[in-house]
Amino acid sequence: MKTNTQQLQDFSTQVRRDILRMVHAVNSGHPGGSLGCTEFLVTLYQELMDRKEGFDMNGIGEDLFFLSNGHISPVFYSVLARSGYFPVSELATFRKLNTRLQGHPTTHEGLPGVRVASGSLGQGLSVSIGAAQAKKLNNCNHLIYALLGDGELQEGQNWEAIMYASAKKVDNLIATIDLNGKQIDGTTDEVLNMGSVRAKFEAFGWDVLEITAGNDIEAIIAGMTDAKSRTGKGKPVCVLLHTEMGHGVDFMMHTHAWHGKAPNDAQLETALAQNYTETQSDY
Amino acid sequence: MMRNWKLHWHKIILKHKATTRIMKKYENTGSKDTRSGFGAGMTELGQKNENVVALCADLIGSLKFDDFKKNHPERFFQIGIAEANMIGIAAGLTIGGKIPFTGTFANFSTGRVYDQIRQSVAYSDKNVKICASHAGLTLGEDGATHQILEDIGLMKMLPGMTVINTCDYNQTKAATLALADHHGPTYLRFGRPVVPNFMPADEPFVIGKAILLNEGSDVTIIATGHLVWEALIAAEALEAKGISAEVINIHTIKPLDEEAILKSVGKTGCVVTAEEHNILGGLGESVARTLSLNNPTPQEFVAVQDSFGESGTPEQLMEKYKLNNQAIVEAVERVIKRK
Repeated sequence: MKTNTQQLQDFSTQVRRDILRMVHAVNSGHPGGSLGCTEFLVTLYQELMDRKEGFDMNGIGEDLFFLSNGHISPVFYSVLARSGYFPVSELATFRKLNTRLQGHPTTHEGLPGVRVASGSLGQGLSVSIGAAQAKKLNNCNHLIYALLGDGELQEGQNWEAIMYASAKKVDNLIATIDLNGKQIDGTTDEVLNMGSVRAKFEAFGWDVLEITAGNDIEAIIAGMTDAKSRTGKGKPVCVLLHTEMGHGVDFMMHTHAWHGKAPNDAQLETALAQNYTETQSDY
Repeated sequence: MMRNWKLHWHKIILKHKATTRIMKKYENTGSKDTRSGFGAGMTELGQKNENVVALCADLIGSLKFDDFKKNHPERFFQIGIAEANMIGIAAGLTIGGKIPFTGTFANFSTGRVYDQIRQSVAYSDKNVKICASHAGLTLGEDGATHQILEDIGLMKMLPGMTVINTCDYNQTKAATLALADHHGPTYLRFGRPVVPNFMPADEPFVIGKAILLNEGSDVTIIATGHLVWEALIAAEALEAKGISAEVINIHTIKPLDEEAILKSVGKTGCVVTAEEHNILGGLGESVARTLSLNNPTPQEFVAVQDSFGESGTPEQLMEKYKLNNQAIVEAVERVIKRK
């Protein structure tokens, strides 16, 4: 179902509420990056990806998404649930004993929508490349989408994968980098300055484009539509998505402090008040 | 042809039963390297199963991937010297129904990429076959950097991982074929040197099922990989000394055929395990655990005594590190005294 921008905005607000309530309920989890990627994942699942009804692991005949920075599981789970992969009520089990919604995403408990475990960083791009190669072998013209954190690029396996994807012309792959400039110990520049991520990807032979307003739904649609148009041309496509960690909650923005910290009761109330929508229906 | 050949075997077995020996069934039919058995298996799988794909990290010749690459270039992935990426790509290829076989040296197949295997393959229950050549000391002159002696332990500790260590060319080929029909993450370990090829080519390979090579009553020798042939030679030497040794070929270390082990040890009352691996974390420890839980039994270990390897010829190394038939005989003599 194609939706208009306002609907996607409301959807995002609902997802933001889910994220905040999920991490608050268990006093753990990663709200910062989750909030920063909310518009992107909502737009991806609700507008951009060609998805089949239901879930099967092989995913032949549909676009597939892989989350490499698995710690932003709250946004992933909320978007999956609200896109119909499992009951929204199950979000209440996040990080609790016997849940399918483990702290980091996994296939181990059979949660529909998840195709590989992630959390130990740096592995998702390689898996995405493998899935993209399988699509080519199966003569399936659908795309593979991957999301990686920017801090995650410090993991060496990514650069093996980045080198491979261009050398082997894996051009049915769009890898998006959540360029929020922050990681656990501070800004990415402070922790390990990576210089120009764009120049690095280009030097490795990727077709790179940027979405400078990474929390703006129309900008995401325009940028990702452009990215889709660049697939199938012999190069893997990289989208540098400039986002704001903690987006939508004023006291969580412009800091890395909320990378892996849950709000307390008062903070939750404040945050939810900033994310009110008339169409909301909390789990 | 095959049927006649089998009858021929039965005659030999019957003949030797008269002298309580059946191990002559297992004669060296011409020495070959186990990795060539893997290559032959891959060649056959390439023809039989279009979902089988192969990945290699710059070691096509060493892994005997040449035929598969030539016959099925679209299903062969040269990853370059990037093993972590290879494991991840293999995991991704399963999503779409492919059956990936990765190939590199055992060291680079396991220790180098442990976390990739752990998260993207084992925890994610991906149908990836991690195929590892040049395992153990018999890699030889390259020395300890390449001679991994910890890989069985690393792999068997991963929940859901099947761990196989084959003993000769025929068994390695049979195991390779069997992997394609088995769903789940698997580690297949084989080696570089040319060694006796003694398992019958038509011996069924059943994952998790031990093979009784020689019946005996005084001691059970449980061997895996290159030590299986040494165990057969040891059994012959022991017979000359009046010791009747039962020899079990454990090709699957996980899941371990506990029933076969307990049945044999129940009869013999003592056991020697033999493997080209560190004494910590290998087959011996798996057997010891089984026995301690079910039937505490004296056990001696033929294994590397918690050290790294070094440069040398395979034969020199197996002698220096006491991983040969003489070492097995000595271990049997020790363990029998402890009964």
